[in-house]
Amino acid sequence: MSILVNKETKVIVQGITGRQGKFHTEQMLSYGTRIAGGVTPGKGGQEILGLPVFNTVWDAVQATGADASVIYVPPAYAADSILEAADAGIRVIVCITEGIPVLDMCRVKQYLKGKSCTLIGPNCPGIITPDECKIGIMPGYIHRKGHVGVVSRSGTLTYEAVKQLSDRGIGQSTVVGIGGDPVKCTGFVDILRAFEEDPDTFAVVMNGEIGGSGEEEAAEFIRDHMTKPVAAFIGGQTAPAGKRMGHAGAIISGGKGTAAGKIAALREAGVEVAMTPDRIGEALVLAVQKAGIYEKCLAGK
Amino acid sequence: MKIHEYQAKELMAAYGLPVPSGIVTDTVEGAVEAARAYLPDKACVIKAQVHSGGRGKAGGVKLARTAEETEQYARQIIGMQLVTKQTGPAGKTVHKVLVTEAVEAEKEYYLSIAGDNENGGLLIIASAEGGTEIEEIAKERPEAIARIPVSATEGFKRYQGVQTVEALGIPEANEKELISLLSGMVKLYLEKDCSLVEINPLVLTKEGHLLCLDAKINFDDNALYRHPELMELRDIAEEDPKEYLASQSDLNYISLDGNIGCLVNGAGLAMATMDIIKSFGGEPANFLDVGGGATAEKVKAAFGILLSDANVQAIFINIFGGIMKCDIIAEGVVTAVREIAPKVPIIVRLEGTNAEKGKQILEESGMAIIPASDMADGARKAVEAAGRFAEENRQKAECAKAGEKEGETA
Repeated sequence: MSILVNKETKVIVQGITGRQGKFHTEQMLSYGTRIAGGVTPGKGGQEILGLPVFNTVWDAVQATGADASVIYVPPAYAADSILEAADAGIRVIVCITEGIPVLDMCRVKQYLKGKSCTLIGPNCPGIITPDECKIGIMPGYIHRKGHVGVVSRSGTLTYEAVKQLSDRGIGQSTVVGIGGDPVKCTGFVDILRAFEEDPDTFAVVMNGEIGGSGEEEAAEFIRDHMTKPVAAFIGGQTAPAGKRMGHAGAIISGGKGTAAGKIAALREAGVEVAMTPDRIGEALVLAVQKAGIYEKCLAGK
Repeated sequence: MKIHEYQAKELMAAYGLPVPSGIVTDTVEGAVEAARAYLPDKACVIKAQVHSGGRGKAGGVKLARTAEETEQYARQIIGMQLVTKQTGPAGKTVHKVLVTEAVEAEKEYYLSIAGDNENGGLLIIASAEGGTEIEEIAKERPEAIARIPVSATEGFKRYQGVQTVEALGIPEANEKELISLLSGMVKLYLEKDCSLVEINPLVLTKEGHLLCLDAKINFDDNALYRHPELMELRDIAEEDPKEYLASQSDLNYISLDGNIGCLVNGAGLAMATMDIIKSFGGEPANFLDVGGGATAEKVKAAFGILLSDANVQAIFINIFGGIMKCDIIAEGVVTAVREIAPKVPIIVRLEGTNAEKGKQILEESGMAIIPASDMADGARKAVEAAGRFAEENRQKAECAKAGEKEGETA
């Protein structure tokens, strides 16, 4: 078991003929992801990497029965691509694109309200269920199949956390990068809820960062609704206020969104918080030991 | 992107918002000339134009009643280093002033439109306690601030204006004025892809009208590509020179006060790298995310920017390749080190896609690059190396001094 994606998931790649799209399609294929084809308007009927290219997501879904899509489309067209995927009936949409205008994402968020699809991202590394399905740009080899769910706002920091888990013999059920943008459709709470409901996930690692209030809401959810142990790290403890730290969402303003506030909220909810980024794996081990499920969390169990 | 008050007021005026008259100038003579429009019957205000709030408290805003006063204040303000709460201790040089009519206010309000990230919409933020910074009010009396949601797809609706009138306690006679003002603010926000449209204070004048006494507009950097007209409002003089240079190379760079230069891929990891340097007793000199698609040239540019910071005593390169391939980073580092020949120690941690290839390239280059096995190891080595570098420099300086003295006595 896992959340959102597994070995049955059939993926189409939006923007498959672009440089990034093509490179990462190759990587996903070699990981074993079931890629059904790609979409590039005007290039329908062609073939790339042995996969069919379609003009629209609708055509691709009709022809292949794909239920997930990944978007490697430039920022100016990415919002349209998300809506197109949603309208074509795609269940899980993963948007890798960085730099989408905030108001475009506001419109996307309004449009997707009440629809049954899940949008992961934008500006995210994607989602992976180890040994089954990799959708995104993460290096596959650092992952191990197992029982710890990982959810993170950042890309490379997610890899850092995953590697620390794998190095300690702890596998992952599913790893989700929710993205660094301020407006997103899937937040910490959505993913935490999915992990709580997934019988194959025994514990969760959560990587947050400064800015916004997603971590505080997550803390509240963990306190009130989660039975599984959670370990966390909050990036940006030393970041100055008022400066945007790369991610548009990572900014401390008006005394809100500080690392200290988030860490306090998480601790209060019983979360094991790693104070430095090299201790994320350690924090998870501590959390599962306290819960008496360390043995169960080792990969291969 | 930020713009100046005078530019924000021009934009607001174009959207039908009531702003006071004013002229912007970069000379004392220009200010005196501009003041003639108001003096001697009315007073005028000289306002420093820098990208920062809190200008009044810092001495960047003065009321002038005569031509002499105008000259005196303009001379004072133009060219001064304005140190506000937001500028940091170095302050910002004032290049321009806005000479504007002095307005007698009955009442001051705070009014702004900002993003509502949670709901994917906008917020009207309003408070009857204008004039002071909204952060202060938010901290001390959060109940004094009203937040009224506005849809990003539907735009402004009249009832939201009525709600704002109630929240602000604005006289009934001014309801229409406020509604039209809000409608203009939201239109401006949506059409120009703003991230903030702020009027603080919005005043009710003695004559009984609403007027935008101060104005601040920020734009969403991601959307600037579709507003070439806004790019002309960018004032490079307001930006940190290193940050500007970085933006030209498409690098995410923020200048900080420490001594360890950081070159990292990914914003989250870049922040975490700063944190871990600090945990080993070091101070990061910067935040730098080279992004996902960095080329060897980009790495070289990043290196150049880090080395242009005189405070840097060690460079820590922390890469976890996903999109980014480690061999490309390694090649960039080797080229940069070869061309720039930096004196400071360089610590490199490579992990992820093509990490082994990257490590091999660094090793075979024969350069004095200190490899690190993980980010903690790298941070520790960087802090130690920076300490050694500083110590060696101190000793060299002492030797040089001693040598000079010997030379004198001889």
